[in-house]
Amino acid sequence: MNINNDYDIIVIGAGHAGCEAALAAARMGFSTAMFTMNIDTIGQMSCNPAIGGLAKSHLVKEIDALGGEMAKITDKAGIQFKILNRSKGPAVWATRVQADRALYRKFMREAVEAQDGLDIRQESVEEILVQKGHVTGIKTTAAVYRAKILIIATGTFLKGLVHIGPESCPSGRAGEPPSINLSESLGNLGLKIGRLKTGTPPRIVKNTIDFSVMEIQGGDMPPPAMSLFTKEIRNPQLPCFITYTNEGTHKTIVDNLKYSPLYSGKITGTGPRYCPSIEDKVVKFKDKLRHQVFLEPEGIDSDEYYANGISTSLPYEVQIKLVQSIRGLENAVISKPGYAIEYDFVFPTQLKPSLESKLIQGLFLAGQINGTSGYEEAAAQGLVAGINAALKLKNRDPFVLGRHEAYIGVLIDDLVTKGTKEPYRMFTSRAEYRLLLRQDNADLRLMEKGYNLGLIDKRHLNALLKKKSAIASELKRIRHTRIKPKIINPVLKEVGGSPIKEDTTLYQLLKRPEVKYINIAKASPPGNGLSQEVINQVEIQTKYKGYVKRQAELAEKFKKIEEKIIPAGFIYRGINGLSKEIVEKLEEVRPLNLGQAGRIPGVTPAAISLLMIAVARQGRK
Amino acid sequence: MKQVHVKLFTMHIEDTIAAISTPVGHSGIGIVRLSGKNAVKIADGIFRSKGGTKLKHTPSHRIIFGRIVDPANKETVDEVLVSIMTAPNTYTREDVIEINCHGGAISLQTVLELVLKKGARLANPGEFTQRAFLNGRIDLAQAEATLDIINSLTKQSRKAAVEQLRGKLSAKMEAIREKLTELAAFVETYIDFPEEDIETPSLTDMKKRALGIHQSLRKLIDSSRYGMILRDGLKTTIIGRPNVGKSSLLNALLEHDRAIVTEAPGTTRDVIEEYLNIRGLPVRIMDTAGIRNVKDIAEKEGIKRSIRAMKEADLVLVILDGSRALHDTDMELIKKSNSKNTILVINKADLEQKLTIPESIFTRPTKGKNKRGREDVNKITVKISAAKGTGLDKLKDKIVETALTGQTGGGSSIITNTRHVHALEKALLSVDSFITGVMNKISPEFLSVELREALDAIGEILGITTPEDILDRIFSNFCIGK
Repeated sequence: MNINNDYDIIVIGAGHAGCEAALAAARMGFSTAMFTMNIDTIGQMSCNPAIGGLAKSHLVKEIDALGGEMAKITDKAGIQFKILNRSKGPAVWATRVQADRALYRKFMREAVEAQDGLDIRQESVEEILVQKGHVTGIKTTAAVYRAKILIIATGTFLKGLVHIGPESCPSGRAGEPPSINLSESLGNLGLKIGRLKTGTPPRIVKNTIDFSVMEIQGGDMPPPAMSLFTKEIRNPQLPCFITYTNEGTHKTIVDNLKYSPLYSGKITGTGPRYCPSIEDKVVKFKDKLRHQVFLEPEGIDSDEYYANGISTSLPYEVQIKLVQSIRGLENAVISKPGYAIEYDFVFPTQLKPSLESKLIQGLFLAGQINGTSGYEEAAAQGLVAGINAALKLKNRDPFVLGRHEAYIGVLIDDLVTKGTKEPYRMFTSRAEYRLLLRQDNADLRLMEKGYNLGLIDKRHLNALLKKKSAIASELKRIRHTRIKPKIINPVLKEVGGSPIKEDTTLYQLLKRPEVKYINIAKASPPGNGLSQEVINQVEIQTKYKGYVKRQAELAEKFKKIEEKIIPAGFIYRGINGLSKEIVEKLEEVRPLNLGQAGRIPGVTPAAISLLMIAVARQGRK
Repeated sequence: MKQVHVKLFTMHIEDTIAAISTPVGHSGIGIVRLSGKNAVKIADGIFRSKGGTKLKHTPSHRIIFGRIVDPANKETVDEVLVSIMTAPNTYTREDVIEINCHGGAISLQTVLELVLKKGARLANPGEFTQRAFLNGRIDLAQAEATLDIINSLTKQSRKAAVEQLRGKLSAKMEAIREKLTELAAFVETYIDFPEEDIETPSLTDMKKRALGIHQSLRKLIDSSRYGMILRDGLKTTIIGRPNVGKSSLLNALLEHDRAIVTEAPGTTRDVIEEYLNIRGLPVRIMDTAGIRNVKDIAEKEGIKRSIRAMKEADLVLVILDGSRALHDTDMELIKKSNSKNTILVINKADLEQKLTIPESIFTRPTKGKNKRGREDVNKITVKISAAKGTGLDKLKDKIVETALTGQTGGGSSIITNTRHVHALEKALLSVDSFITGVMNKISPEFLSVELREALDAIGEILGITTPEDILDRIFSNFCIGK
């Protein structure tokens, strides 16, 4: 424990962003302190008890490949593992894990407490200290701490306001105090602050639920781990249950809409469209006669189920009536009512792609404060902020991932380039190069970068390099091995494929949809036994070669424009033909390169052409 | 996928550029136009106004009378009107000088050479418009349509280009983009929200939607043929046996409406092309060398050539001699022709008529819709006398009618820019791959690649469809959020 009040890096907040940031900073060798208002809520999952899902598991596996913590903790806390989209191609497979809330907190706390160079302090931060545009430290309720770098990861706590029916109460999460002064402090520094809204559904007491009338949904067996480093999943596995709302439920909601703060005009923040309240769903999709309710276990020893799908801020009495109108929940008891929460966020276009503020040197922001939603989005930003904080102290270039390299790159580029109007969530459709950014190749894409940052150890790097070479040599072998019809035709017949007439390469055969790697390996086995991971890569890289190649070519073009750097401090004013609006947008975002400039909403191709010429001209001078 | 389709321009925008801005050969009057920061200075170097005032002391948007003088020998090149327009209220948003010359092609060329000597650079094709575009004066679609205006040879093409400017095309393409975005949202929902209580999209529905888009694209691309004709001229071939009057017909048409004559060396042999302006429609007569020198070619070879020419042409004029009985070769040519783009021209109507077209020609093995009866042949037949100049008006009407109603969608949206056609064709290709993919039941993330490529292709003209646009559609169409 650092006995002075001096640190290299201070992280405010100990949620998913804060923990990743603090761990990365400390692991990269800097004395780090993580401040939280409550040590018992480190790694708290404040919404549903699940990690991953479409596009989100992609983020988690990228965090894992870069040496982050989330995937490992998820595996330790996981009570149901399932791969979604199995019927589709591997690019859109996604691992979704139901996690035990208490175990997640426990294991994350253990991880941060065990980390060398990282102190954890339970104090409420009141003010950010800045001198001459540089962060110098913080003032808490107890003391002043000095630091060169500050990472703010306060989630929904900035001026959080919880609504249940007509009642509202300033809170960071239900039952926890908000952070008022910190938000003021950020505003005073000149950062532009907006307001967002999100919500949660009621939690229900387990033994008041009649599971027998619901659909049961179990996980995959054996459980597919989230982390590359996980050897086995130890927890008992639990199912989820599915039930539905009905017309009675909808009537209750419509009859009581006037008590909903959403509809009474009390809530001003913008909510996420992909995670609407049940009030919104019933009002906007009148024709839908039922809405799905997904009951998720809160944990192995927990007595609660999370009623995903009926997020609401209706008054408590109405919530009881609403819940009890649902099949299987007729006698349900609500242990915690649902609520809506409004909170402050900082417009993320005020950040550089490193997540450092453009306004104040050494001030980094990560997680929900940047207008995102979701644990995974938060953790990804936390990791990047932690890494870049450390790199800044090392005087090294910031770590910025491209849109063609990682979902993390897509996430941060979207935030700092386009900003967001609603809580931002990742979707695979946001990734232009979706077929390249698969969860199965996160390690192949990113682990070497993790090693170069000092977050992946040599042993794992060696294992990765071995895997890469095994994939390459097996791909080479199957391209060069021709097989006789006599040998392979019986196999082809077995899998329902048409026979071949002349010698054909294994590669050509594997490209056929009906042929699996095991089929060709049986007829012509590789010299050495290959791991399942290598086999998967050989299969994926062969079967999807055509499409993957097309996207790789697009990504290559993309990279070329990204390489056209706009110098720091470039002057946009006075460029002939650039409209005032466009100049303002460019000055706000301050894009790093012409590619990013072109993604700013409202910046036209004509403006980019002008900009290109102007950049070239300033460069020549 | 954004899908960075930002066009990259590499050129020197600091230069003052100059060009003759009226198409060569239109008439004696032409304009030498200058644009750029030295435009006024350069013009002052060669222009002597009647009152002796320098252009740099003349207020903007004035027209001054005077002479262009060659500084080398002090000789007057031409009497001209000079328009001065200073930035930013000009077409290019730069200083613009227009020198209106009267002395024909040679004086135009001399004036241009003088301004080039004074430091202007010869403009690349369309560079004025490109500057207007670069300086934010006009958008890309406008720029392209404007380029077509500049290139258009006749009034009718100008009308087509103008309509494009007004966004008729944009509206049609926007509607296609709308449908594509909706289909993409459909597919994306299936990918990104597998656990929602949403019906899996049916293959039949996806196919149906895609076929609808295919048809819209097809229609638009087909309509572009008309646009191409307007811009490049209607490729026309005149065929017939020796001495039926091919060259006299050509001469008769030329005498009437001669617009532009160009002589361009062909690649394999000398091809001479004649341009006609028929009722505002640019008509390009192909291979007139073949028409004029056909006498020494063997009959068999002549037919072979004619059939090849028919295949390449937008319009085929089969010339028959009305004063002679139908020859086997005539029969052959009529049989081979396509009623949709052929006109049978019976020449020598002033002489005693001996030509009859036998029924047998019309009893080709055709069924149903394709049946070709006598009426159909009558419809495409025009009688003229090239020698007396009779029937030519009727022939011209027929030419315009055939060009506009033949295989072209006259009156529908017109595309006059090749880049637009390419973009649409690219989109069509992607939509077709999508349809094939759906039928082969390939996974939706691959189907999405095709749709995004189609959207990107359209985006090259209309601007980009972002993932956010698709997400907007998803959330308004589907109840997401379990």
